[in-house]
Amino acid sequence: MTPPTRTGHTSNLAGVTPEPSAAAAGIAGRNGAAKPNARWSAYWHLLIARTKEMQREPEVIFWVFLFPLLLAFGLGIAFRSRPASVPSVAIAARAGAEAVLQMAQRSPQSLHAQIVPEAEALNGFRLGRYDLVIVPGGETGSTGGPTLEYRYDPARPESVLAREQADNVLQAAAGRANPLPTSAQASSEPGARYIDFLIPGLLGMNLMNSGMWGVGFALVDYRQRKLLKRYVATPMRRSDFLLALTSSRLLLMIIELALLLGFGIFVFHMRVAGSWLAIVLLGALGAAAFAGLGLLTASRAQKIESVSGLINLVMMPMWVFSGVFFSYERFPAVVHPLIRALPLTALNDALRATILEGAPLSAQLGRLAVLLIWTAMSFLLALSWFRWT
Amino acid sequence: MAIECRGLRKTYDPKVEALRGLDLEIREGECFGLLGPNGAGKTTAIEILEGLLKPTSGDVRIFGHSWQTDAHELREWLGISLQETRLADKLTVRETIELFASFYRRPRSTKEVLAELGLAEKSDAWVGKLSGGQRQRLAVATALVANPRILFLDEPTTGLDPQSRRQLWEIIREFQRHGGTVLLTTHYMDEAERLCNRLAIIDYGQIIAAGSPAELIERLGGQHMVEFAIGNNSHDARSGRDSQQVWRGLPGVEAVHADDGLVCLTVRQPHVTIPALLEAISRQGAQLLHLTTRQASLEDVFVRLTGRHLREES
Repeated sequence: MTPPTRTGHTSNLAGVTPEPSAAAAGIAGRNGAAKPNARWSAYWHLLIARTKEMQREPEVIFWVFLFPLLLAFGLGIAFRSRPASVPSVAIAARAGAEAVLQMAQRSPQSLHAQIVPEAEALNGFRLGRYDLVIVPGGETGSTGGPTLEYRYDPARPESVLAREQADNVLQAAAGRANPLPTSAQASSEPGARYIDFLIPGLLGMNLMNSGMWGVGFALVDYRQRKLLKRYVATPMRRSDFLLALTSSRLLLMIIELALLLGFGIFVFHMRVAGSWLAIVLLGALGAAAFAGLGLLTASRAQKIESVSGLINLVMMPMWVFSGVFFSYERFPAVVHPLIRALPLTALNDALRATILEGAPLSAQLGRLAVLLIWTAMSFLLALSWFRWT
Repeated sequence: MAIECRGLRKTYDPKVEALRGLDLEIREGECFGLLGPNGAGKTTAIEILEGLLKPTSGDVRIFGHSWQTDAHELREWLGISLQETRLADKLTVRETIELFASFYRRPRSTKEVLAELGLAEKSDAWVGKLSGGQRQRLAVATALVANPRILFLDEPTTGLDPQSRRQLWEIIREFQRHGGTVLLTTHYMDEAERLCNRLAIIDYGQIIAAGSPAELIERLGGQHMVEFAIGNNSHDARSGRDSQQVWRGLPGVEAVHADDGLVCLTVRQPHVTIPALLEAISRQGAQLLHLTTRQASLEDVFVRLTGRHLREES
């Protein structure tokens, strides 16, 4: 049945399915109809709208851009490579303490010692202010000097080091001769520092955070506002909508990547060994994988509160296991294959290998496969589960 | 026929019957109202017609096309305002309308729609900063920019102040003047009386009455309502039922019901009934405490049909 147009156009042939133009002449025969829309008009408008929305949300600017920089800065400062960590040693103020201090001060570059009342020294040691406490004993040893007692914590590497260092300095000062002549040369390359390890990890974590929140949270918010339902009541293609959402993530990814790596390069003099193209490709793949996971977590949830819980539940294991702040080699070897199957682990490993070692993508097919499989699986599952209303 | 549906049923699991067999025929160019209390099934019905819900059984035709075969095409023809959509707060009014315009093959110009809905001076304001009335007009603007042939409005004026309601009514009439078809749901009887050419009253998922507002009111049997209250200090205090018999027997009275302490008479000719009523009261030795007359409204139709008021929670 042909819908009659009510504006007096009678050009429809009876029995012919109405052509779009005839139908869309709609109510209007009115003036001022806009130009007909092109195929990708909806996609572009959705992408622009999403970008503007994010840009106008101060929280997004903070969490996506500022927070990772602050984290990198804070951790970079806290764990900066100090010019040889000089052990801090407290000498308990007892008889003979002065003599010990004098011996220790003969090599100030390898030991920082001071005399402190005994109670305060032990308390400071407990709080980590001193790495070692030297308690001069009462009796005289065989050499005529005081007997020394080292209080150290075998579980703290810097404490163990301080004991070795202090013993060496004091023994040498007391006249021990070194039978073997040695020399040492300092060598610390950018690329092996903690900040070099950290920045690619933070980049991966940030892509995960902003992907999961940017897609998952936004979708549930749209659903709760009934905006998704309003959109599907229009001729908008659902694929255009999801494509625009994913594209907005890719745009954001470029900025996140440039900011964090730029920060590492300019503030911490980080060196990027691999190709930028490879890094951007990895970033895109990571952003896509986490956009997919975000879509999956948001496919059914009706309330913002419930999706927040889900997102945290999904991200939690990856924060812990995927080697953001420390290497996952510290976990028992049995679980390494499981850890490597997580998308964030694959992304972090690939980013580190590319940025720090300059490994080409062709050498990391396994990691790429992990990311691709996560992306494909989550998008497929999400699309079959997704509720628009 | 713009919209036709036959035997629409919608059952939500486990056993909630939201619609229990709905038949509608809405002609092109008319404004049709679905009326009913909250929970009557209005929104379920309109969302099925909009293609957003699948009916459990029944058939829907929009300009002769069905949702199963021509969904994408149908969407080009419909402009929809859902109940309580919260559009993106951080987009401006113009950006929102342009976004919706981009979904349609041949939308109307954003500028024209902005002017028509009185949103021109708000066009650069964020949606989050709009008043309730402005938001509702924006929701209708997102529907009108589609250049639709049918406008679906689900409770468009709920919660609005009187002035905003009137503005929206004017917008709806304007759309209709240009030949558009309107389907709206409301639980305001006065709104339906003013706007709708025809309407259907829905209760518990079924149509309990349909027709033009005048026809429905005519079906009451009289177009006037006489409401009164008496202080009954007479010796032979009769039971309520007995006195109802007395009122029913007065000349020109078509129906009697009690409502909130008042006795309501549906009357054809007040000038005949009222003198008789006064006489009857004085004959009883009762005292008249209250007496008003007014035109019958759709509200009276609803009360008459269901024994309940429209806005009472059912």
